[in-house]
Amino acid sequence: MSTTSAKPRGVHDAPRYGDRIFAGAATGAGVIILLVLAGVAGFLLWQALPALTASPEDVRGGKGLFEYIYPLAFGTILTSVIALVIATPLSVGIALFITHYAPRRIALALGYVVDLLAAVPSIIYGLWGVYVVAPASVPVATWLSNWLGFLPFFGPSPSASGRTTLVVGVVLAIMILPVMTAVNREVFLQTPRLHEEASLALGATRWEMIRQAVLPFGRSAVISGAMLGLGRALGETMAVAIILSTAVGVHWDIIGTANSSTIAADIALQFPESSGLDVNTLIAAGLVLFFITLLVNMAARWVVSRRSEFSGAN
Amino acid sequence: MKRTTSAWSAVPAALAISLTLTACGAANEDSGSGSSASGSASSGTSVSGTIAGAGASTQTVAQQTWKAGFEGANPDATVNYDPIGSGGGREQFLAGATQFGGSDAYLKDEELAKVPASCGEVIEYPVYVSPIAIAYNLKGVDNLKLDATTLAKIMKGEIKTWDDPAIKALNEGVDLPNTAVVPVHRNDESGTTENFTDYLHAVAPDVWTDKPSGTWPVSGGESAKGTQGVVQAITAGEGYIGYADASQTAKLGNAQIKVGESFQGPSAEAAAKIIDESERVPGRGQYDFAIDIKRDVASEGVYPIVLASYTLACTKYADQKTADLVKAYLSYTVSPEGQKAAADAAGSAPISDGATKNATTAINAISAG
Amino acid sequence: MPDADLHALDQPAVRPVPQPTPAAPRPPTDTPLLHRRLPRFATLGMLAASLAVAILLGLTVWSLNPVALLLETAVLYGVAVFVTSSVVEGRRNAVDRLVTVVVTTFFLLALLPLVSVLIEVVGQGYQRFDLTFFTYSMRGVVGAGGGAYAAIVGTLIITALTTAVSVPIGILTAVYLVEYSKGGRLGKVLTFFVDVMTGIPSIVAGLFAVALFVLFLGPGARAGIIGSVALSVLMIPVVVRSTEEMLRLVPNELREASYALGVSRWRTITKVVLRTAVAGIVTGVTLAVARIIGETAPLLVTVGTTTSTNTNPFSGRMATLPVFSYYEYAQPGIPREPYLDRAWAAALTLIIIVMALNLIARLVSRIFAPKTGR
Repeated sequence: MSTTSAKPRGVHDAPRYGDRIFAGAATGAGVIILLVLAGVAGFLLWQALPALTASPEDVRGGKGLFEYIYPLAFGTILTSVIALVIATPLSVGIALFITHYAPRRIALALGYVVDLLAAVPSIIYGLWGVYVVAPASVPVATWLSNWLGFLPFFGPSPSASGRTTLVVGVVLAIMILPVMTAVNREVFLQTPRLHEEASLALGATRWEMIRQAVLPFGRSAVISGAMLGLGRALGETMAVAIILSTAVGVHWDIIGTANSSTIAADIALQFPESSGLDVNTLIAAGLVLFFITLLVNMAARWVVSRRSEFSGAN
Repeated sequence: MKRTTSAWSAVPAALAISLTLTACGAANEDSGSGSSASGSASSGTSVSGTIAGAGASTQTVAQQTWKAGFEGANPDATVNYDPIGSGGGREQFLAGATQFGGSDAYLKDEELAKVPASCGEVIEYPVYVSPIAIAYNLKGVDNLKLDATTLAKIMKGEIKTWDDPAIKALNEGVDLPNTAVVPVHRNDESGTTENFTDYLHAVAPDVWTDKPSGTWPVSGGESAKGTQGVVQAITAGEGYIGYADASQTAKLGNAQIKVGESFQGPSAEAAAKIIDESERVPGRGQYDFAIDIKRDVASEGVYPIVLASYTLACTKYADQKTADLVKAYLSYTVSPEGQKAAADAAGSAPISDGATKNATTAINAISAG
Repeated sequence: MPDADLHALDQPAVRPVPQPTPAAPRPPTDTPLLHRRLPRFATLGMLAASLAVAILLGLTVWSLNPVALLLETAVLYGVAVFVTSSVVEGRRNAVDRLVTVVVTTFFLLALLPLVSVLIEVVGQGYQRFDLTFFTYSMRGVVGAGGGAYAAIVGTLIITALTTAVSVPIGILTAVYLVEYSKGGRLGKVLTFFVDVMTGIPSIVAGLFAVALFVLFLGPGARAGIIGSVALSVLMIPVVVRSTEEMLRLVPNELREASYALGVSRWRTITKVVLRTAVAGIVTGVTLAVARIIGETAPLLVTVGTTTSTNTNPFSGRMATLPVFSYYEYAQPGIPREPYLDRAWAAALTLIIIVMALNLIARLVSRIFAPKTGR
């Protein structure tokens, strides 16, 4: 690597073994990650290959690989988008509350409390979703169906048990809140004190100060945090598997009994009893999830890079 | 650097501390009988060592029970069972990764071809038989009676309300409400679904045209994960009906199914009888007791919607110790004592005398070499 | 802008609600040098009135549930405060107050599920939260009794191993990305693929680890270390992403000051950069641990399950809390109550372990973090 041999900005010319070793270790760690990922990708490809080349009738569902996977991809994206739409403003609000609104002494404790949400295993979220959120969602779903039924998302016959895409989206949002909030919180805390004070000194209200100093500073991190959350939402398995009443095919209706399953949940649901080509099919679905994450992250990177002028270390 | 590094490793270090504090053995394990295979076998006929099986999650509780009973009698032996699912169980067994397997379906022909030569002949027999109940949630209706055709129509969504004439005809004198019928099915691939669809396809082929399969073949209705998910969904929804392992549906209504001219509920005895009524799958090995369950049985007191889960084993094992241990463990699982323990803990149906005799013949063929 | 904010606040509202007309007292105009401010009792009064109306609505029009109550109160109070504040204090202050209401509402909204989940887990889990549960394994146990000792030990060992693998790799990679790569090609590739890695489904990570170890150990290999490798695949990207974000926030002035003093690069990184960011990094690591400690699927295929205690992560099956909890729930025997009680108690234990980790992490970061203005 050319970077490893780059001299520090100091003035010393003597060889610095410490520097070399440290730089080597840092580079090595990066290379290890790439190797692992290559290993995972290779493993996925190797395992998915039989399904890619199999004739359509033999693939699970009997209509070919594409027909099997694309509704799952749709469900994955739909639930994750719902979760992200709910969680992003919430996490920014919570992080702002902790860093700029709550009294300082309470703020630490509050941050801790939100972190606790991350400590809850996903199975528990699944059970909580089924036993608490799902029944509570039924009146909301009925209302949505009555008043907003003209939208494709709200079908005419809402589920009586509440085990719907909407509920999964809400539960996923709560699951990804802690990660997103933690990133936002740390970044908002790092806003240069001087920027904030300058803004306040000019007579800005607290909200104006936040808009002028805190939010621009944290923007790329908010997106970054959202990507972390999205990664978790896309790959979430158990909670979705336990809550969702799934059905084959694409379903825009997010409050009905027929919901598109997600890739990760489908793998968890079908994998244990599968064998032979069915396993290959599921791995191929995993490969697709891999690519979805790839595309989403490319998009996010692109957004961040367009706005990278004013953030963090330059 | 050093000081800073210690900061980074503080979290694992803290973990390690809490670990050393606790790592001193569980109160109910004496130090001699840990999971490690202690070579010094105690005197007498007691066996020792560790064997592992993997497979159907339906057998989880039964295997736990057998393991507890067996290890209690043989303190130097450890038996593990990973409930990873039938597919994984068959695969691992065929790869030689486990000494025995559990599966909700018998080996397919192409899987039989994969049995390694070192295994000798493959042993297959039903060890865990459990009735599948048709559970429903309908206030004021305790004794719902159904026949296969009506059941198939319900599960397909062709019968929309509970006061449908087809249901009424079977339940004379019962006040059926106008509640909507919501069929609930498993959305995870399962042996339960395969056995249930096999029943519908065999007995009501005019209505249920789809082939038996582990994944639910028709659309519509609600779906839920696992036995627990289905039971939860039915419990929560008025007018819901679905199929689930009978041991977990005691608090719901269980429909009686028309068999021949009479109606039969999902009792353990009635479920065990179907195994004797069924035929062995032809053209397989002498120790292969795979059966095709006779779903369209007409005898009184037999319940046809059952799940039979198999034990898979080899006749040959690499060394005497393993062979003895496998033999001893499997003998215990099919013994009346073992079957009763499983029935008490898991709600399964003890296998009949005939089935026990077949299994014992197979197990006695196990040897080293 | 204020209109936009009002609009944003209206979104979660269930339906337009009649506005209460709280008596907004006009403060005396005897302090011409200062802004006129809404007195505290006025805002508190409005809050109380909003709450009362919301409860009334809940009792009469629809059911009384905490989320609806919170949202209704927030909307009513937000509107009331915004209107009175724009009259008394002017538009800018009104917007400020409105945002305060929104932000606080968001925070309370996030607390509701947490409280609900905790009530559920504690309420269900305390029944078996006894000494037996923590000192007994499941060996020889059928039906009631038994405990999660083996599973707790297993989870601690596997999590410690995973952390020991993932944290150094993750932090070093983040250091490389921020301090060394400087937009180089490897850096760009790495950033991209770390993102991709966050999207690996957990079961795939498990299968990958199994496939990897089968190459070395032959079929049927089960060991804690295999599970650790699987979990590391899931944990590393989380550590990298959060650490990277924190390192980028360390002001360049600090680095330059250090270099100017003749401090070598690696010492600058370890002594200045990493220490400045330690609080954020530790938070990230804790969250990453929380992310993987509850994983079920990858552990089942890699570590398997057993009923006896096994403290050797390099050989043999181990029990782990999530797997224990899942199977006690998913495959109970009859009667099912003792199984479900154990499942919930295991979940409660898992949460407590993560809480403890979180506390330790906070202590650590407090000790090492440099003093700042906050």
